[in-house]
Amino acid sequence: MAKLLKNREILLVVAIAILLAAITLRFPGFIAPANLARVYNDTSILIILALGQMAVILTRCIDLSMAANLALCGMVAAMLNAAFPGIPIPLVILVVVALGALLGSINGLLVWKLEIPPIVVTLGTLTIFRGSIFLLSKGAWINAHQMSDAFKALPRTSLIGFPVLSWLSVLAIAAVYILMTRTAVGRAFFAVGGNPHAAVYTGIDVGRTRFFAYCLSGGLAGLAGYLWVSRYAVAYVDIAAGFELDIIAACVIGGISIAGGIGSVGGAVLGGLFLGVIKNALPVINISPFAQLAISGTVIIIAVAVNARTEKRKGRVILKKAEAV
Amino acid sequence: MAEAHLSPRIIPDRLQSRGSRALKSWESLLLVVAIAIFAINSFASPYFLDPWNLSDATFNFTEKALIAFAMALVIISGEIDLSVASIIALSSTAMGLAVTMGADMPMLVVVGLGTGLLCGAINGLLITGLGLPSIVVTIGTMSLFRGLSFIILGDQAYTGYPASFAYFGQGYVWWVFSFEFALFVFFAIVYSVLLHKTNFGRAVYAIGNNQTAALFSGVRVGRVKFILFLLTGLMAGIASICLTSRLGSTRPSIALGVELEVVTMVVLGGVSILGGSGTIPGVVLAAFIMGMVTFGFGLLNVPGIVMSIFIGVLLISVIALPILWSRARRRRAH
Repeated sequence: MAKLLKNREILLVVAIAILLAAITLRFPGFIAPANLARVYNDTSILIILALGQMAVILTRCIDLSMAANLALCGMVAAMLNAAFPGIPIPLVILVVVALGALLGSINGLLVWKLEIPPIVVTLGTLTIFRGSIFLLSKGAWINAHQMSDAFKALPRTSLIGFPVLSWLSVLAIAAVYILMTRTAVGRAFFAVGGNPHAAVYTGIDVGRTRFFAYCLSGGLAGLAGYLWVSRYAVAYVDIAAGFELDIIAACVIGGISIAGGIGSVGGAVLGGLFLGVIKNALPVINISPFAQLAISGTVIIIAVAVNARTEKRKGRVILKKAEAV
Repeated sequence: MAEAHLSPRIIPDRLQSRGSRALKSWESLLLVVAIAIFAINSFASPYFLDPWNLSDATFNFTEKALIAFAMALVIISGEIDLSVASIIALSSTAMGLAVTMGADMPMLVVVGLGTGLLCGAINGLLITGLGLPSIVVTIGTMSLFRGLSFIILGDQAYTGYPASFAYFGQGYVWWVFSFEFALFVFFAIVYSVLLHKTNFGRAVYAIGNNQTAALFSGVRVGRVKFILFLLTGLMAGIASICLTSRLGSTRPSIALGVELEVVTMVVLGGVSILGGSGTIPGVVLAAFIMGMVTFGFGLLNVPGIVMSIFIGVLLISVIALPILWSRARRRRAH
C-alpha cells in the first residue's frame, strides 16, 4: 500500500479522480463520457508538447522555446496553406514537423557543441522564434477564410468516435512510449540525466543525446503548431504565448524531476490531463479564466515541492553490507 | 542546471600582470563596444547626440538595470530569478489597488516596496527553506505573481495615480539627469561596494564557485541566498514604482518579458551563467550598451519585436563567442 502511494502515476490518477468528483458535486454533467472525451481532446496539444519537454528535462536540460517554436511552425503551416491551398495536408504536417525539428536542432546544437546552458539557449531562441514570426508575417494575421477547408477540418474529423486530434495525441504517446522504453536512445535520455559522467563511461555521447531530445521536442512542437492553428483557425505572432510554462507545469506535476533522469510517459500525460481538467472546470464552476495563470503557478510550486520530498527519500546507503563486515 | 565542464582546465605557468589583465578583461571589451555603438549611433542619426535625447535614452535601461544589479548577485551565487517581471506587475497592481483605496503618495511607495520584498521573501523561502531548484520555483512564482495581478485586474487598468507620484518616473534631479538615472548611479555604487568590498560579496562568489566548500568554510549559504532573493524582490519593487510612475497606469501585462532582458544584461555584463564570476561595472556597461542599441534602433524606426530578436541573438552570442574564442586559443596552444 505504501509503495502504491509513492507511485506518482497512481497518486495523479487519484488526484484527478478527486478533482473530477469535486467538480461533479457542483456540475454533474462534467463527468459525462462525451464531456470527458472533449476535455481530453482539448488537452491533446498540451500532452503532445509535454512528451517532448519530458525528453528534454530527462537529460537535465529545459526547452523554454517550445511555445515559440509551435507558433512559428503554426504560422508557416497557415501561410503555406493560404498561398498554396493545393498542397495536401499530410505534406503540410510533414513540412512543419521537419521545420520544428530543425528549430529544435538549433537549440540542440548550441547545447551540444558550445555547451551553453540550456536555459540561456532556449530563452534566447524563444525571442528569436517569436521575432521571426513577425518578420515572416509582417505582423499580419492569417484568418479562417484564408485557410482551406481541408486544413481546418482535419483535427476535428471524427474517426471511430473520436476526433483526429485526440488520435494524434494517442499516437504520439504510443510512439514516445516505445522510444523511451524500447530503444537505446530512450534509455540514453534517462542515463544522461541520471548521471552524465557515468553515461560518458558507458559510451553514451551526452551532448548528442541532448541534441536528439531537442530534435524530438522541436518536432512535436511543429506538429502541435499545425494542430493549434488549424483547431483555432487563426495564426498570429502571439499564439500560445506563455504556453511554455503550462508545458513545464505538466511535466513537473507529472513527477518528472527538473534535476533530470526521473520521469515517465504516463506521468507527463497525467500531468497534462490534471492541468486540462482544471482549465476546463474553471468556467464550469464559475471561476474567472483570469485565475488560471495563478493556479498553474501554485500547482507548479506545490508539485516541485512534492517532487523534491519524494526524491530526497530515495537516497540510501548502498555500502551498508560492507560496513557491517 | 549548472554543471561542471568536463573539459580539463589549463593553468598558466605565470600569472598576467594587473595592467594586461585589465586590458584583456571582458569589461574593457564592453567599453570598446559601448564607444563604438555610441559613435555608430551618432553617425546613423543626427538626433542621437542631443542631450535631451540621450537623457530619454537612459529610460530604456535604468529600470531594468536596477533589477540587473541584484540579479547579477543572484546569478553569481549560482541561482536565477525568472519572476522579476511578474514582481513588477504584482507590485504595480498592489499600488493601483492602494490608489483606489485612497492611499497617498508615501503610502504608495511603501506598498510598492513592500510587495517586492514580500515576493522576494516567498522566492527565498521556497528556494532556501525547502531547498527547491530556483529555476522551477521562479517559473512557478512567475505565473503565480502575474496570475494574481490578472485575478485582481482582469481586463481592467488602474490609472489615477496622484500627480506627485509622477516624479519617480518622469522627474529630473538636475538639468537632463532624471531621477531614475540618479537611482541607477546610486545603486550601481551600492552594489559595486556590496559585491566587491564586503564580506557578503565574497560569500556570494564563494557560494557560486563551490557551495559545499562555502558551507564548510562557515558561510551561511541559506541566509546569503535568502537575502539575495529579498534584494531582487526589493529592486523589482523599486523598478515597478519607476515604471508605474512613468506610464501612469497599470495593466496585468505590464513589463511582460522583462526578465529576459535583465538576464541578457547580466550575462552580457560578463557574469557567468554557471555562477562564481562577474562584476557590477560589467553590468553597468552592458546596461548602457543595451540601452543605446535599443534607442538607436528606435531612432531608425525598427519595431520592438525585431529588437527582441536582436536581444535573443545577443544573449546567445555573448555566451558562445568567449567559448569559441577560448577553444580556438586552446587549439593553437596545442
